Amino acid sequence: MRILEGERVTKHFGGLAAISNVDFHIDQGDIVGLIGPNGAGKTTLFNLISGALVLNSGVITFKGQRISGLKPHQICRTGVARTFQSVRVFANISVLGNVLLGSSFGTSTSMSSTDVKREATECLEFVGLSARRAIAAKDLTLANQKRLEVARALATKPELLLLDELIAGLNPTETAQAMELVSRIRDRGITILMIEHVMKAIMSICNQVIVLHHGEKIAEGTPQKIATSKTVVEVYLGK
Amino acid sequence: MKIERVIFHRFFVPGLLGLIIVLLASLPLYYPSTYIFVLLTSIFMYIVLTVSWVIFSGPTGYISLASAAFFGVGIYMSAVFGKVISLPLVIGIGGLASFCLALLVGALTLRLRGIYFSIFTFGLVVLIQQLLLWWEVVQMHTRGRFVIVVNNTTIYYIMLIILVALMLTAYLIRRSKYGLALQSIGEDEEAAAHTGINVTALKIITFAISAFFTGAAGSIMATRWTYIDPYIAFNPLFSFLPVLMAIFGGMGHFFGPVLGAVIFGYLEEVLITKFPYYYMLIFGTILVIAILYLPGGVVGLIQKWRKGDLAEQHANP
Repeated sequence: MRILEGERVTKHFGGLAAISNVDFHIDQGDIVGLIGPNGAGKTTLFNLISGALVLNSGVITFKGQRISGLKPHQICRTGVARTFQSVRVFANISVLGNVLLGSSFGTSTSMSSTDVKREATECLEFVGLSARRAIAAKDLTLANQKRLEVARALATKPELLLLDELIAGLNPTETAQAMELVSRIRDRGITILMIEHVMKAIMSICNQVIVLHHGEKIAEGTPQKIATSKTVVEVYLGK
Repeated sequence: MKIERVIFHRFFVPGLLGLIIVLLASLPLYYPSTYIFVLLTSIFMYIVLTVSWVIFSGPTGYISLASAAFFGVGIYMSAVFGKVISLPLVIGIGGLASFCLALLVGALTLRLRGIYFSIFTFGLVVLIQQLLLWWEVVQMHTRGRFVIVVNNTTIYYIMLIILVALMLTAYLIRRSKYGLALQSIGEDEEAAAHTGINVTALKIITFAISAFFTGAAGSIMATRWTYIDPYIAFNPLFSFLPVLMAIFGGMGHFFGPVLGAVIFGYLEEVLITKFPYYYMLIFGTILVIAILYLPGGVVGLIQKWRKGDLAEQHANP
């Protein structure tokens, strides 16, 4: 079943077409990789899906329901959560507070305060940050701040999670842990769309890959198919 | 140690606050001095102005300079309706008018951030002041209005009620999920929106709640001044004072702004009576020193002392 679908999605910044006429779809339960050289429009596409930017033309639907045109908080409440390329945790709020915000204001807003707290605690346990719940988010390491961002997104109880460069800036051990976290999130039944530059990570974990270049979709398919695609190799390595 | 702290927070603090409220409420019974009522009413007014400013601007970091506009609207409502309807109703109308103005202004301006928002809110004070002046002088050929006279004890009690209601509201907002959400807006507004928080609605409503109390305070204070005109009612000082008092007291703690307002109010009174000519000079110097050397405000200083004491205790068991 298609959980997210985009039709002729277009976004201009002045004269520059950051995304032009991109059609894409994501099947429920998949981990989909979104790759492409710098400036290809990957983060712009994330911003369009999550409502941070408004598209110039085209339609994005989530579970058959149109979400393009909705405000970011409304899109979050329909079940699409995201993280950011550069970590954006609430620095001076405690680790637990960060996650509590997700569980209080996410998809189910009418929970009792004990349920909200249980939900948040459970999410912190899931990403392995329970022991640090009381400290301010800014005092965490980069790897842990990224985990916290994931926990905050998970606390909103999404069905689709958008991960923007989860492993950028992490060392090999942290990267392996982050990849393991991603597959555990999928095992919970959450569909994942992830932007990543590290090919090894993409190839090992994704079922599907979408390749963007200069705002256009140039290829899509299984990792094996993408790795052998002539156009993709040309884009990355030159002719 | 931990249990002691829980007992302290659960019973001692609310008990002490309750005692203070009872003492203040029964003050006219055992200390019937007009001077003390007038002084305490001024201090209450400063606390109300400061705490209602902090409700919105404290956590979100949107520095509003519109306090004087909301205060002035309250004052004018009192001048217009004072003779027509009963006093509690006048206070309610004053608060409600400011609430509605804040909803309108908030919807228009809360997209602005940082300095642009501050400038706009300050412009609002001047705009209303000049509009009213034009209306009075050019259209009505009058200047200013008389306000009904109310005795000092009544003013004192109404101010106390507004103060207690405000403190309760501020406390409830702060400990609710909306308090946390306001703080997250101050940290990173975009991330807050992507966490499911309706940032626009939350900002506008909190701004309006804060304006309600400022307006209510204006309505009752007007009765003490008996005559008001646009320059008295929309005095820009009432936009700056709440900010200064909050910074002076320290925004890191719930009672910081209260402490700032109390010290400020009392200091003003003492300086005006003791040094009528140098009052502003001394006042300004104290402020500059406080802002330069007390980044956490008075409360920050107290917290530092207490931490220092604890560290010493641990060093010499």
